[in-house]
Amino acid sequence: MAVTFSKQKTPIKEQDPQVRRSNFEEVCLGYTLEEGKIEAGRCLQCKTKPCINGCPVKIDIPAFIKCIREGDMPGAAEIMDKYTNLPAVCGRVCPQESQCEGLCTVGKMKDYEPVSIGKLERLVADWKYAQKDIAPKAYAGEKKGRVAVVGSGPSGLTVAGDLAKMGYEVKIFEALHAAGGVLIYGIPEFRLPKKIVKMEIEAMQKLGVDVETDVVVGKTITMQEIMREYDACYIAVGAGAPHFQGVPGTTLNGVYSASEYLTRINLMHGYEFPKFDTPAKKAKKVVVIGGGNVAMDAARSAKRLGADKVTIVYRRSLAELPARIEEYHHAVEEGIIFNWLTNPTEYVDDGEGKLKGVKVIKMELGEPDTSGRRRPVPVEGSDFFIEADCAIEAIGQGANRVLLSTFPELKLNKKGYIEADEKTGATSVPGVFAGGDIVTGAATVILAMGAGKDAAVAIDKYITEKKAAK
Amino acid sequence: MFKIVSKQKLAPKEFDFWVEAPRIAAHAKAGQFVVLRVDDNGERIPLTIADYDKDKGLIRLIFQVVGKTTAAMSTLSAGDCLRDISGPLGTPSEIENYGTVMMVGGGVGIAALYPIIKALKGAGNKVVTILGGRTSSLVIMKDECRKYSDELIVTTDDGSEGMKGVVTEAMKMVVERGDKVDRCWCIGPSIMMKFGTKAAKELGLPIWVSLNPLMVDGTGMCGCCRVTVDGKIFFACVDGPEFDGHKVNWDEFMSRLRQYKDEEKISMEKFEAEVGEQTWL
Repeated sequence: MAVTFSKQKTPIKEQDPQVRRSNFEEVCLGYTLEEGKIEAGRCLQCKTKPCINGCPVKIDIPAFIKCIREGDMPGAAEIMDKYTNLPAVCGRVCPQESQCEGLCTVGKMKDYEPVSIGKLERLVADWKYAQKDIAPKAYAGEKKGRVAVVGSGPSGLTVAGDLAKMGYEVKIFEALHAAGGVLIYGIPEFRLPKKIVKMEIEAMQKLGVDVETDVVVGKTITMQEIMREYDACYIAVGAGAPHFQGVPGTTLNGVYSASEYLTRINLMHGYEFPKFDTPAKKAKKVVVIGGGNVAMDAARSAKRLGADKVTIVYRRSLAELPARIEEYHHAVEEGIIFNWLTNPTEYVDDGEGKLKGVKVIKMELGEPDTSGRRRPVPVEGSDFFIEADCAIEAIGQGANRVLLSTFPELKLNKKGYIEADEKTGATSVPGVFAGGDIVTGAATVILAMGAGKDAAVAIDKYITEKKAAK
Repeated sequence: MFKIVSKQKLAPKEFDFWVEAPRIAAHAKAGQFVVLRVDDNGERIPLTIADYDKDKGLIRLIFQVVGKTTAAMSTLSAGDCLRDISGPLGTPSEIENYGTVMMVGGGVGIAALYPIIKALKGAGNKVVTILGGRTSSLVIMKDECRKYSDELIVTTDDGSEGMKGVVTEAMKMVVERGDKVDRCWCIGPSIMMKFGTKAAKELGLPIWVSLNPLMVDGTGMCGCCRVTVDGKIFFACVDGPEFDGHKVNWDEFMSRLRQYKDEEKISMEKFEAEVGEQTWL
């Protein structure tokens, strides 16, 4: 086959690392329409379309790429809308390298990079939101039923958008004061601008979805009340309970969970203190523990708050790093230091209840554990000390118990997450569905959206059948 | 938005709001709190639900001006709105008939103690309440607490009302005169709770305290409010706010409360520069 296009992805403009490390503006600036056309030209439009199988919401990727190539942006947007309610988000935060792009036929060719599908998705979404005259079409007929959605993160938004399009009256209850869940409190502005999230949510509200903030389900209203008032309910409260390793010194001032650190910065705008009331400490020497996207986000945020030295301490090596590869590269470019095969053993007190540093120990990789990754084991006598006035643990989250503890009828799995059918999200309680991190444990935005898509279909079926039986 | 329906000044720097929040009022129980934001740029602060009226859909918030957020709140009047209120949060107090309960309160902590006094009285307890402050005018809610107490003892540092001295002396007095106390609650400034707990230990009494650490979300999501109780880490927002006082690591708790002292000062100075002298306090 004669191939005439570039082996590499069309380069995309990014903020210079030296500049962006001190601001919170978006790192990646996106393709222009022209660049998008060139990149779209790299797609072979192959018959097998492996990329679609890599997408948890099964977007018809070759079709929208074809539209971009032909300059038909409305067409591209229309195709995208059929599959996803959050294209501007997914184009930015999906781990494409292990999904669509990981399976791309072009990427399988020797020395060729896959088509930059994520960046093209983002291009379509950003183009769509820039058009004032494209309003989503709200369902006009008689409502088919009422559905409550608990949590306004990616899973809840997806289920809500899809059900609204199908003709349901949908109400989302959000515990915090702003909608978006992890998209708002977790993922930083420089990776996912909050105005993008707001636009996606506003688009959903135009579809008729009603979002009520400041409602902690289980506290402000109960699941029993919801079940009385709605035909079905979807629980998508996320995995919002931070884990701590539990090493000595965890309660010292200066030690944070990544959830707190990032919530202060993202949801509460701590980086704009004192214009916003919530402070985020401007630490000078920061240690971040963990190797996922959240660890990268925390480290890069610390840098932007003015830290001189930010060290990531990860107990495995680069090969096992769970973070998106782009985030790792960006972190390196911004001067984040990586200490591989290292784990904290103690947060050290300065004598006044404040952190003065982190004692760490070197690790080596032993036999594979239940996750299939080689288990890190400490190397005796290899301890060393890293000076720090701030330490952030980004080692994952567990199930938040606030709703679950008030709803004992709901069956949980051994890890404390909701037991839900993999294909439909159905739980042990009829009419109650669940999806996203509260079912799977902390995972990705797109997997949570995939669960929402499947659940929307199942909820429609459940309500339709229930009404028919009456 | 949550509308303030009434505002009253209880003491210098201490204010009493009734606020429209029907869902919170419908579900509130003694010992619970809300997290609120005053405006769009506001921080989230926890405040105890001092009272609630399920029929009218109102909750009562009593606060002392200690920083920028509470200062901004004190500028609001009936008819104004608070941007956000989320709740009722936290685990409610364990209300049952214990026999005789000793309820110790100080400062704005009296507002947190009051609904528990009311609920314990309702459960049939004999309630002996001790309220303390620097001077008579700073001991708030005396009449209301008296209404649900079998006995109300006031202590003041300057002797302007009741016993001259501090609450721990009144606690000892009650036990020494022969009252058989089955359980205590002590809610107030952290130093008072620490010493109240110490007194209870000497008197051999179980004591519950309500911790008010810094919080962000208030729903167990961030861990900002972590406290060490019995050597283990708990999140006060979901596991508390009430804990067995004897098991609380008080020094750590107080140290964590001071964590943002510098930033709090910056915030307050900025606010003062904007509003000028706060004559209404």
